Amino acid sequence: MTTIRHHTPDALLAAYAAGSLPQPFALAVAAHVSMCLDCRAGLEAHQAAGGLVLEDTAPKELSDGMKSRVLDLLDGPAPVSVPREPRSGIYPGPVMEALKGKLPRWKALGGGVRQQILSATDDGSVRLLFIPAGQAVPDHGHGGLELTLVLQGSFSDETGQFGVGDLEVADEDLEHVPVAGAGAPCICLAATDAPLRFNSLIPRLLQPLFRI
Amino acid sequence: MTCPSPEISRETECMLAVRDRRDRAAFAELFDHFAPRLKGFIMRTGTGAGQAEEIVQEVMLTLWHKAEQFDPARAQVSSWIYQIARNRQIDVARKENRPLPEELAEDPDAEPDAAQVLAVEQETQKLKQALAKLKHDQREIIEQAYMGELTHQEISTRTGLPLGTIKSRIRLGLERLRHDLKDMR
Repeated sequence: MTTIRHHTPDALLAAYAAGSLPQPFALAVAAHVSMCLDCRAGLEAHQAAGGLVLEDTAPKELSDGMKSRVLDLLDGPAPVSVPREPRSGIYPGPVMEALKGKLPRWKALGGGVRQQILSATDDGSVRLLFIPAGQAVPDHGHGGLELTLVLQGSFSDETGQFGVGDLEVADEDLEHVPVAGAGAPCICLAATDAPLRFNSLIPRLLQPLFRI
Repeated sequence: MTCPSPEISRETECMLAVRDRRDRAAFAELFDHFAPRLKGFIMRTGTGAGQAEEIVQEVMLTLWHKAEQFDPARAQVSSWIYQIARNRQIDVARKENRPLPEELAEDPDAEPDAAQVLAVEQETQKLKQALAKLKHDQREIIEQAYMGELTHQEISTRTGLPLGTIKSRIRLGLERLRHDLKDMR
């Protein structure tokens, strides 16, 4: 059992609890919380604070008959809830949900690096990356924020070492060269709210093609 | 309903009666307390009265049908309802399912821990007092943050809630849940 050393920052947990995170970050946080009891406790603490704000909200009168309508519905069938995908191997439940229950179908990015895009919208993008042991991911900076959650293996960059369950938070000022550790290939979930920028020419030309 | 323990809040007591005995009177009491507040809360975030009531209805029915998920060793009724309501509101607004953490499975051998339940209750009270002591504009920021009106950057610069003690108490509540957590990584 490895110990998680890089956690979800408190402001991200609060924003996740309140539902104000863009979808790619919400997925990264939900996946990290699935792996980290500390951050789960942090999230539930924010939900407690949210509950107190709710308790303190001025009540609004309900329309006539609403209460009896709801009480009548108690005997009815429970609303059908679509079951969520369970964890599969190294992939936590929320990642499997984004994969629609199927293991990744990797696309080669060159240099042995592979990816599968889970979603790419105006809100940003979120993808799985597969990096062979010892391999570097091309030097890149960020237009915005990037969250990277390690699911297998490890990587290190200018800011430190990241193992399974660790979440790296890289802001736009960080230009980093993540290198996968020795041993198993590094598989991680990477979420951004803006396209990445690569600093060397070839990846920059490939960028539109691969939607990195 | 009888009152099993004078220290446990009325809401928790009612929720346990719903969970363990399908007590309709207890549900009605929770409805009277929470439904109008929930409507006010949802309308404050810009939802119209009609749609707000639809969400209130769904949240209250979820409370009834998913009552077995209520764990007073981790959460107060208000935090649980807050969570259900935010999930529902976001799913409605985005027309897609919000990414949610895996649920932790209950350890079948875990004994109900009355001291832990009480401690969560007390920590929530402390947090409530801390919130009540905030100056008006600070308080406003906290409300905006939990209503989803602030970005995470705004939250990191503008808030700063003393969540430390309640967080460590909830952590203890989580630890009793699963022996096999170590298998997760």
